[in-house]
Amino acid sequence: MGISSPVVSTPPLAFVNARLLDPATGLDAKGGSLLVIDGRIAAIGGDVRPAKGTEIIDCGGHCLAPGLVDMRAFLGEPGFEEKETLATAGRAAAAGGVTTLVSQPQTDPVMDEPALIGFMAQRARQTCAVNVVSMAAITKGLRGQEMTEMGLLAEAGAVAFTDGVHAVADAQVMRRALSYATAWNLLIVQHAEEPSLTRGSAMNSGEVASRLGLKGAPAMAEVIMVERDVRLAEMTGGRYHAACISTGEAIEAMRRAKARGIRATCGAAAHHFALNENEVGEYRTFAKVTPPLRSEDDRAAVVAGLADGTIDVIVSDHSPQDQESKRLPFPAAEPGIAGLQTLLPLALELVHGGHISLLDLLAKLTVNPARLLGLEAGTLAKGAPADLVLFDLDVPWRISETDLRSKSKNTPFDGRPVQGRVLRTVVAGDTVFDAAAA
Amino acid sequence: MIAPAPAATAATPERYPHRDLLGIEGLTAEQIAYLLDKSESYVAQNRQVDKRSAILRGRTLVNLFFESSTRTRTSFELAGKRLGADVINMSAEGSSIKKGETLIDTAMTLNAMHPDVLVVRHQESGAVALLSKKVSCAVINAGDGSHEHPTQALLDAVTIRRRKGRIRGLLVAICGDILHSRVARSNIHLLNIMGARVRVIAPPTLVPAGASNMGVEVHHDMRKGLAGCDIVMMLRLQSERMQGSFVPSVSEYFHFYGLDYEKLEYAKPDAMVMHPGPMNRGVEIDTEIADDISRSAIAEQVEMGVAVRMAVLDALSERLPNFVPGNGN
Repeated sequence: MGISSPVVSTPPLAFVNARLLDPATGLDAKGGSLLVIDGRIAAIGGDVRPAKGTEIIDCGGHCLAPGLVDMRAFLGEPGFEEKETLATAGRAAAAGGVTTLVSQPQTDPVMDEPALIGFMAQRARQTCAVNVVSMAAITKGLRGQEMTEMGLLAEAGAVAFTDGVHAVADAQVMRRALSYATAWNLLIVQHAEEPSLTRGSAMNSGEVASRLGLKGAPAMAEVIMVERDVRLAEMTGGRYHAACISTGEAIEAMRRAKARGIRATCGAAAHHFALNENEVGEYRTFAKVTPPLRSEDDRAAVVAGLADGTIDVIVSDHSPQDQESKRLPFPAAEPGIAGLQTLLPLALELVHGGHISLLDLLAKLTVNPARLLGLEAGTLAKGAPADLVLFDLDVPWRISETDLRSKSKNTPFDGRPVQGRVLRTVVAGDTVFDAAAA
Repeated sequence: MIAPAPAATAATPERYPHRDLLGIEGLTAEQIAYLLDKSESYVAQNRQVDKRSAILRGRTLVNLFFESSTRTRTSFELAGKRLGADVINMSAEGSSIKKGETLIDTAMTLNAMHPDVLVVRHQESGAVALLSKKVSCAVINAGDGSHEHPTQALLDAVTIRRRKGRIRGLLVAICGDILHSRVARSNIHLLNIMGARVRVIAPPTLVPAGASNMGVEVHHDMRKGLAGCDIVMMLRLQSERMQGSFVPSVSEYFHFYGLDYEKLEYAKPDAMVMHPGPMNRGVEIDTEIADDISRSAIAEQVEMGVAVRMAVLDALSERLPNFVPGNGN
């Protein structure tokens, strides 16, 4: 700490011997270097010459990419601190290579007032290791009736609008929200399911649900909502995003909407391409999630939608649930998977399986969500924030519940063999996770 | 319906050729100019001690208001009385309308009493035109639903012309609840016919579908929309539309779409502010602007209202029916 200057400045940081991967520019270069000064990327390329006093990190030929931007993560605060806090979510995110978390508004109080957005940002700066930005509610109290103050919420920092795990069911409300949001070009994110078809459901509708005697949520509930919403987006000119698409038919609807030039995008959660409804097995509540795990055909359709670009974004849909919320009969258990640390290895399965290129995959985890939300993250461009993930693409390991840093450990992936692991996570030039030290 | 116009003689300027005034849409620039010119003479008359003339002496004017109104009804009442007519006010409250009588039956009943002019306000778009088909007297639309309010547009035009000397070429911004506003529609028609450029500024939820095909430029950003404007017309936003259905809240609406001095800075330095009333101070208009006589023409608009309605009655009197019911149909 310098005596002459009151400003604490971290020394420059140089990553050398890296496979640089920037999905924003298509860069994939081995033996590259990247220089970080004052929390931002100062230089990138083959011959970065660090000045004296620069900390050098030898990447050992591993992959250096923009840190992941997770567009859908429930972070517990405020109101559900028994499930998760910004601090514990930040630790899990850092270990998972996620450098920007997009919090969801189904908190208590609900994120429907401008002052709460500022409160979240302040809390996150104080307690969370990674960046946190907030989505605000579309409707007051998530009740699906009255629009929130979207303009003021956006001015306060809300990056998009969603009713979280509640669908905006009323078509007129959705129409007006999409329309109103165009004044500021705001993104409307929908939990796409027609609630009158899914009320009381516990898992995907079909043979498995029938054998288990569980009430099913039909795939068509998602298809109907996506079909309706893209029409409303077309009518209003609004920007629509389906948060977690999980069915082949809905993906097909999205494909058609995009072909028509409608401003519609969609995301998929890692568990929707990594698992199918059979995972529910003998009433495993860790496999209960909304939208539910679907049929094998639907799972394969999600993979295909990711491969052909119909699905723009991959999210963790991180939904931490404490034991009391999961140790219940299946219909009574809360839905949700704690997904921050399993996001990258599960996504990399698509690369190792030959379904998608590494750069295309990383785009869905970095630059695509960043652009949808208007964030400057998600790229290795000079001047961009030095939010980085260094990962070993190939190392095999097993996911273990005990390694999870989230306050809640509700994962159906315990024991799953995966390939590819985070070595280091950097936020604004500061290392927030180092596997060697962990 | 509009009665067939008699052949205009070549020498005289075009006068007002219709039996009724149901809307601005369909009028010509000459007809509007004729009404505006006539209004000017009544402005002078209304500033004298004796404001009366006898154009409508012996005639009966019925104010038939299905929707409550103070300003417009009073304005028509004064206009009629100053022109010598007998004026009757009928409102929906305490009348047979409340007892379930249909609009057409009400019209037939009134018609049998031989009124000369019916001034009608109704909450449903198109209701005044429907009523006009069933009566043999002159009908003036005093506002029908979200459709038209022609005398408001005329009084706005007189106000503009008196302050700015012209209408042609002016840039006019109409701000607020365009979707539900009959004032906005009548003004959009009139200003287009008279050669002004019109912008509408509103949140997207309050812009009617197809607005850009109605001769207006649509803006959602007040600062961009007001840039270079000569006239800023504010519209009233009803409170039930500010609770989250069309607009999330009063505070958000005022923040982005309320007229304050900061936003008014983007208009021309001599831009004139108008409001058809009644105002929601602090919702669509800052209270100081509303009271700023150098910027706001709101009081003048009310004054022009009486003159315009006298001019319209005067113009219509030229072809009032004589006596026999049904001869206009």
